[in-house]
Amino acid sequence: MESFLGRYRNLTILVGVLFLQLLGLAVQVKRSSDPENTRLIRIWAVDAITPFERVLVWVQTGSGNLWHNYFYLRGVRAENRQLRQELDQMRLDQVRLSEDAEQAHRLQKLLAFKEQVIGKPLAAQVIGTSGNDLSQSIYIDKGSNEGVKPDMAVITSGGIVGKVLHVYPTTAQVLMINDQTSGVGAMLEKTRVQGVLKGTPDGSVVLERVMGDEKVSPGDTILSSGGDQIFPKGLPAGTVTKVSPGHEMFLNIQVKPAADLSRLEEVLVVTERQQRQVAVEDSGRVRAADILAQRLPSVPDKAAVAAAAPISGAKTTSGQNGSAGSGLPATGSGAAKPQIVSNPAAGASTSPALGSGKVTTPGGTVADASGTHNGSVAGQASGGQTTKKSATNTTASAPASNVSPAKSTDTSSASSSAKPIAVPPKPGNQQSKSSPPAPQPPAAEADPH
Amino acid sequence: MPVTIGVPVLALFLQAYVPRRLPFFSIFDLPLLVTIFFAMARRNPISGLFTGAAIGLAQDMLGAYPIGIYGIAKTVVGYGASSLGAKLDVENSGARLLVTLGFYLVHAAVYFTVARGMVNLTLNWSWSRGILAGLANGVLGVGLYFLLDKFKQRT
Repeated sequence: MESFLGRYRNLTILVGVLFLQLLGLAVQVKRSSDPENTRLIRIWAVDAITPFERVLVWVQTGSGNLWHNYFYLRGVRAENRQLRQELDQMRLDQVRLSEDAEQAHRLQKLLAFKEQVIGKPLAAQVIGTSGNDLSQSIYIDKGSNEGVKPDMAVITSGGIVGKVLHVYPTTAQVLMINDQTSGVGAMLEKTRVQGVLKGTPDGSVVLERVMGDEKVSPGDTILSSGGDQIFPKGLPAGTVTKVSPGHEMFLNIQVKPAADLSRLEEVLVVTERQQRQVAVEDSGRVRAADILAQRLPSVPDKAAVAAAAPISGAKTTSGQNGSAGSGLPATGSGAAKPQIVSNPAAGASTSPALGSGKVTTPGGTVADASGTHNGSVAGQASGGQTTKKSATNTTASAPASNVSPAKSTDTSSASSSAKPIAVPPKPGNQQSKSSPPAPQPPAAEADPH
Repeated sequence: MPVTIGVPVLALFLQAYVPRRLPFFSIFDLPLLVTIFFAMARRNPISGLFTGAAIGLAQDMLGAYPIGIYGIAKTVVGYGASSLGAKLDVENSGARLLVTLGFYLVHAAVYFTVARGMVNLTLNWSWSRGILAGLANGVLGVGLYFLLDKFKQRT
């Protein structure tokens, strides 16, 4: 045996080495078929290598942590304190910016509304209130230095607010429409029935002087009629919330103001009204038929005009149909209800109690009837505003009549809410008194106020 | 001693590194050439088979297959080359080329046999590619042996 191994020594070693390798390979192959096991030599290799890797990673991580948790964090406390201060400052800025954004939103609405308002509005900030529950008034940051004068209208994008009561150099006091001493000429948007918007002692708003036979329902919108010569016509005044029979023949109409009077921040003061409006009122009387003729398309009939001129005594320069020029009943196709006022008391119904503001007299002039601060004018006084629209096209030298087309002022609604009323002509005197609408209180009734 | 360890390590490194840059280099088998060289140079079958076994196992370490396939193949090559070097004059370049070509084929045969028979690997043998690769390794081996002869003469 020893001689055999000695003789084939190299070959025996070769076979032995190959056998060991084959054995090891067979072990690996057998273990590799079992997915649960891992080759032992791999495990050894991993066990031999991973400790060094772990140490290396531990050193690396430790050094990193040492840097990041100690050296790098030096001054963190001061930085934290600074960041807290910045956070507080940013919170304050956030609140301020939020307020600014809300204010910008309100001002944007106000600006959009401002462009639609007649006249020249002046933006003002509400700076205070009266501090008295019985007096619904506020103070604004604009005064006489900015051109604010008493009896100027104060409005918002939501609607009317009140009028300027007292003016100081830099501030002004505004009497709101829910004050019991205030009064605003108003009308219902649908029926064009006019009334007086007044405040009550409890701070609510009611619409007075609306006849009981008028159709008023909750939800109806109330607009300013413009008859008080303070508020531009057509501004939202409020919404009817409750309708109930009142004393005598009038309705008791509860109104929710269009503007949120309890949360006013920015308002507009109408410092200047349209100049042409005054010019129209000063120009004299214009016949209702002429106004209607201006609004209706028609073919000029020279013969009719020539025949009508001697009768009516009116010189018309624009196209007017014969019936209008001749003073025939102004039945208007789509025409509203023109009212020719001849009675000064009725035509310029001004209540002393309500009675500030300018009142249109029968002569077509504007008289300042304001004696007190809490005036309002009944709706009949809105005639002047209507006539201005046609005055630019019509030259009326005829016997003037104070036309108060209370229900025809709005051309857009005139056709829909038309109530054709024949106005009987009076030869030699075009002034006649038709049945006034609801806000036209008799003179005797206006006096007690 | 440094050459005995350094040259096989360098051969393994180049075999693992160069094909990443030069893909065609994968046709060469530098550890096989080093095994043949050392086996023929020492002319001792025991030394040759252990040299082949060590280099082969080290090469298996770099691969993904079970360890021992290259080890068995190079053990056989080392034993055969050292046995052949002891009996023949392998200093001639032509003889080295043929010896390298022959052992390359032997190495491939053993490798394929073990891989298919024991590890159940799916390998396709191509005679043309095998011969071409053997000739390429022979040519490279002639040059490599020439360089390694310098170290042998120094030592």
